[in-house]
Amino acid sequence: MRRIKILEEKFFILLSGFMAYSLIAVLAFIILVIFVKGFNALSFDMILKIPKGGYYYGGEGGVLNAIAGSVYIAFGATLIAIAIGMPAALYINVQLVRYKRTQNTIRYFLDALWGIPSIVYGAFGFALMLFFGMNASLLAGIITVALLISPIMVRTFDEVLSTIPKGLHEASLALGSTRTETAFRVMFKQGFSGFITAILLSFGRGIGDAASVLFTAGYTDNIPVNLDEPAATLPLAIFFQLGSPIPEVRERAFASAVILTAIILAISLGARYLSKRYSRTNLK
Amino acid sequence: MSLQEPGIMTQPATLPETGEKKVTPILRVQHLNVHAGSNHILKDVNLEIPRNRITVLLGPSGCGKTTLLKCMNKLTDLYRELNVSGNIFIENDNILHTTTNIPGIRQKMGLLSQRPYPLPVSIYKNVAYGLKLKGVRDKRLIGFSVEKHLREVGLWEEVKNRLNAPATSLSIGQQQRLCLARGLAVKPSIILADEPTSALDPISSKIIEDLFKDMKKHYTIILVTHVLRQAMRLADHVIFMYDGEIIEQGSPEELFNNPQTDKLRAYLVDGN
Repeated sequence: MRRIKILEEKFFILLSGFMAYSLIAVLAFIILVIFVKGFNALSFDMILKIPKGGYYYGGEGGVLNAIAGSVYIAFGATLIAIAIGMPAALYINVQLVRYKRTQNTIRYFLDALWGIPSIVYGAFGFALMLFFGMNASLLAGIITVALLISPIMVRTFDEVLSTIPKGLHEASLALGSTRTETAFRVMFKQGFSGFITAILLSFGRGIGDAASVLFTAGYTDNIPVNLDEPAATLPLAIFFQLGSPIPEVRERAFASAVILTAIILAISLGARYLSKRYSRTNLK
Repeated sequence: MSLQEPGIMTQPATLPETGEKKVTPILRVQHLNVHAGSNHILKDVNLEIPRNRITVLLGPSGCGKTTLLKCMNKLTDLYRELNVSGNIFIENDNILHTTTNIPGIRQKMGLLSQRPYPLPVSIYKNVAYGLKLKGVRDKRLIGFSVEKHLREVGLWEEVKNRLNAPATSLSIGQQQRLCLARGLAVKPSIILADEPTSALDPISSKIIEDLFKDMKKHYTIILVTHVLRQAMRLADHVIFMYDGEIIEQGSPEELFNNPQTDKLRAYLVDGN
């Protein structure tokens, strides 16, 4: 009996350890593959120049247009999603604190929205764009990506707020705060580090999504200077280059993937650092 | 202890208005009933809290002590499932039937909960928080008040060199005293303490108990506890609850030396 227990224990420790490490190994492998494949094409020109004529046939230039477009779209969309997500999440957790059923219904719908594939958002954004008589543009891309990441933002804010102890909520009210003061002076402060993580992760999701910007943002070799101009994005840059019959261009696709991955990794690291920094005063 | 006289001795039959009192009650509860669905949590509770005394709400876990306390500062509003009826008068305001200025009502009472919940800001800002809510902007006045209340709870000497450190860097006993100072800064007349020492070590508990003894000169303290010894050490007035009902209330001498009911007698013997 005892021996079986010890064996069982060993087996499951090994199994779960193996799974955990193999997941990390897969991530490392993905990064390694794109890095190796894109290494030759990786240069400062890639990140500092826009495509010159003939770039897609192996000519000179870089993907600065796509980097800029992606950053603009993700940044704009993140701002809109924060503006929607923050009040919504505070509302769910502070004003609706007595109404458990309403809270759960809202959460259910947000989870459903989270689960909708981004191509559906892309199609919806496209329909919206046509309805308003807009062209594929930076603005249309921003709005579509904002729709895509808003549910993610609200739900992650919401998760952060729902982990705040009820006692803190009560303590704040007992001191004579109104519900709004509780929301903004106490809950917001306590959740701040979590919010930063949520914001940066949503940003990461927004910058990496291809399907939602496929029809809405368009594609251009220039850096957009106006909201009504089309904007290139990194995922689409990868897509177009990878489909090329010319090996040099395919290499550049991988180099672009390296750039996109590096941006997302940098964001994750930033999220970790900032959330540590701002959780100093937090109630644990 | 001749201060608590007959009127508030035994159960519902004697309504608080009857009987003579040398201490005017600061808080009166009349026919308070709390339901949660089909659960009857508080059953026709009638009581008076004497001014500038320590009133102990005694009883086994789950008998409704905390719920009673939460009714007093309307934190029951946070729980939709709780259905509260009856009257609670503070001075002469019926707080259960006001919907306006709930923050103002809550500021008449400082709350000390089972474990400390310091706000996620610095030590200084924790105490200053209530003042800012009240609209005090004068920095000197705030600074003065922070020092005064930190001294009041005996924390000043320990924290005066790190007022800007996070409140969570304090030990849990210090945090509890900080929460007390924070509550005192809004100038309440009543302190609601819900088992305030249950998460603390014996030394920190003793500090809190000693503070309560000093503080009753200026404040009315309502202390929830299930620790019989603590009740005996601190109480000027005892309310014994069991299963949502008030079984006995009166002076500690009367209750502890001469219990009238089997339930209290059993509780005094085995604490349950």
